[in-house]
Amino acid sequence: MTGTHPAPAPPGADERLLRTSPLRKLLGRPELGSVVGAVAVFVFFALVADSFLQTSSIGTVLYAASTIGIMAAPVALLMIGGEFDLSAGVMVTSSALVSSMFSYQMTANVWVGVFVSLLVTLGFGAFNGFMLTRTRLPSFIITLGTFLMLTGLNLGFTKLISGTVSTKGIGDMEGFASARKVFASYLTVGGVELKVTILWWAALVAVATWILIRTRFGNWIFAVGGEADAARAVGVPVIRTKIGLYLGVAFAAWVSGQHLLFSYDVVQSGEGVGNELTYIIAAVIGGCLITGGYGSAIGAAVGAIIFGMTSKGIVYAEWNPDWFKFFLGAMLLLATLLNAWVRKRAEATT
Amino acid sequence: MTAAQAPREPDPRNTSSQDAAPDHRALVELDRVSKYYGNIKALQDVSLVVHAGEISCVLGDNGAGKSTLIKIISGLHRHDSGTFRVEGEETVLTNPRDALDRGIATVYQDLAVVPLMPVWRNFFLGSEPTKGAGPFKRLDVALMRETTRAELLRMGIDLRDVDQPIGTLSGGERQCVAIARAVYFGAKVLVLDEPTAALGVKQSGVVLKYVAAARDAGLGVVLITHNPHHAYLVGDRFVLLKRGAMSGSHTKGDVTLDELTRQMAGGSELEELSHELERAPSPDRPGGPPAAGDTP
Repeated sequence: MTGTHPAPAPPGADERLLRTSPLRKLLGRPELGSVVGAVAVFVFFALVADSFLQTSSIGTVLYAASTIGIMAAPVALLMIGGEFDLSAGVMVTSSALVSSMFSYQMTANVWVGVFVSLLVTLGFGAFNGFMLTRTRLPSFIITLGTFLMLTGLNLGFTKLISGTVSTKGIGDMEGFASARKVFASYLTVGGVELKVTILWWAALVAVATWILIRTRFGNWIFAVGGEADAARAVGVPVIRTKIGLYLGVAFAAWVSGQHLLFSYDVVQSGEGVGNELTYIIAAVIGGCLITGGYGSAIGAAVGAIIFGMTSKGIVYAEWNPDWFKFFLGAMLLLATLLNAWVRKRAEATT
Repeated sequence: MTAAQAPREPDPRNTSSQDAAPDHRALVELDRVSKYYGNIKALQDVSLVVHAGEISCVLGDNGAGKSTLIKIISGLHRHDSGTFRVEGEETVLTNPRDALDRGIATVYQDLAVVPLMPVWRNFFLGSEPTKGAGPFKRLDVALMRETTRAELLRMGIDLRDVDQPIGTLSGGERQCVAIARAVYFGAKVLVLDEPTAALGVKQSGVVLKYVAAARDAGLGVVLITHNPHHAYLVGDRFVLLKRGAMSGSHTKGDVTLDELTRQMAGGSELEELSHELERAPSPDRPGGPPAAGDTP
C-alpha cells in the first residue's frame, strides 16, 4: 500500500495518487449508502403515489424529516463518539413538560419556562455524561436507566401537578405567540409552506458537520469513538468530549421539546417513547458505525429524509400506515449492508 | 527467582551510579519506585535513568512489570513509593497530558493510533493547530496535511495519501508515525512500548532505525522490549525486570549480548528447560482423532 524509501519522493503530485479516482473517493464517503437509499425511496414513491411529487408534499415530507433530523444530528455525533443515548426520545417530552409546567405553575412569561427547561434538559444530558464517565458502565445501561426514570417522571409529575396525563394549556399566556414563532411557525418559500423546524434542522446539521470535520472537538469525537485509550494517551480529554456530546443531544432535545409544546399548547406526558431508536436508526442509515469512530452528520440528515419520505409516502400512496415499520426495518438492513460493503471495498482498494 | 541464580546476578544497586544523589544530567530518573495494585506488588524498588541522546532499555518477560513501569512514566498511573524526577525535579504525574507537557511522550504498541482516522488527523491528535477566532476557530487542515507529509518524509516514510485511514498502514509504519509525531511535538523523552513486538525482521529494523534517529536528535529514549537482540543493537543502558523487581542493571560497557540474553531468558531456568526439552519423547501423533487424510 505504501512504501518506505530512504530518499524523499520527487516534489509535486505523487504519481501513485492517480489510482484514487474521484469515484473511489465518493465510494469512501460514509453518507453514500443513505444517499442511494434516499434516491431509491424517492423514485419508488414518485412512481406509486401521484400526490408525492406535488409541491405541498415537499413541505410535509421535510417537516416529518426535520422532527427526526434535529435529534439525529447530535445522536450521530454521539454515536461517532462511541456512545448511545436511549433517553433522547423521552428527554424531548421531559423538556416540553418542564417548560409548560414551570410557566403555568409560576404564571410566568413562557420564555422563563423555556429558559428553565433549557437548563433542566442540559442537566439531564450532563447526568448521562457524568454517570457514563464516572461509572464506566456501558452507555446502553446508563441511558436505559435515564430513559426509564424520565418516562416515569414525565407521567408521575404531570399527574401529580395537573391531575391528568397532559399539561394545562398555556396558549393564552404571555410570550406564547413569540415562542410559537421561534419554535413552531410556518414560512413560505417559493410557494412552499415550510415549518420553522426545517431551519433549526438545517442549522443543527450545518453546525454538527462543522464541528465534526473542522474543529479540534470534532477530531476528538472521532478519536474517543475509534480508540478511546489511544486518544487519552495522546492527551485528548475523553471525559469532557463525551459529556459535551451528551450536552449536544440534550440541547437538541430542548429544541424538539419546545417545538412539541408550541405546536399545540399542551403536552402529552407519555409521548416520545420509541423515538430514541428512530434517531439511532437515522444515524445508522446515514453511515454511522454502531461501534463508533466513523460516520457523518449529513448522513444522519439523509437518514431522516428517508424517514420523512417513507412515513408520508405511505400516506400519499393510500396504504395502511402499518407498513411503515416494515419499510423502515428493510431500509435499515439494506443501508447498513450497503455501507459495510462500500467501506470494505473502499478500504481494500486504497 | 530461584536461590541458585542469585549470586550470579549483579546487585542492581551497585551498578546504578545515581543511587544516592539525584543525577543532574538525567532527563528522567526513577529511584526505587514501587507500585501496588491492592495487595499485588506490580513493581518494587525499580531504578532507571534516562539521559539525553541515550537509549535506556527495559527488558523483561510477560508480567515482569514493564507495562506498569511505562504507565508510571507516561502518567497513566501514579507510583506508590520511591522518587520520580523529571529533569532533576521530583514529580508525581497525574495524567498523560501532564507527562506530555513535561516532554515525556509515550508510543504504545497497541494503542498508538486511532485506526479509522486519516493519517493527518492521527498525527495531530490531541495537539491540533487551529486558525481563526471565536466560533470560526477551526483546524488548520492545510498545515496539518502538509506537516504530516513532510515530517513522515523526513523520517523516510513516503505516504501516497495522508488521507488514508492509518489502519491501512503496516504495523511498522504505524509505529513510525507515532514516533515521528512525538519527535515533531518536541518530546524530550520518548517512551516506546514494545515497538518491535508484533513486527517481522525487516519492519523491526526500520523501527529501530527511527529509534536511533530519535536518539541522535538528542532525545532520551526508554525502549521497552523482551527482545535482548533488539535492545543490545541500540541500547546504552539496560534494566532487567523480573516479577516486578529489578534483576539487573547494566551499561553497554559492562555486559555482553550473551550475558544479557542469558539473564533475560532466566539463566539457569533456560538450562533446565533445554534439558527437559531434550529428554521429552516426541510422540508420533500428539493425541486426538486421526486426521482425515490418514485412513487408507
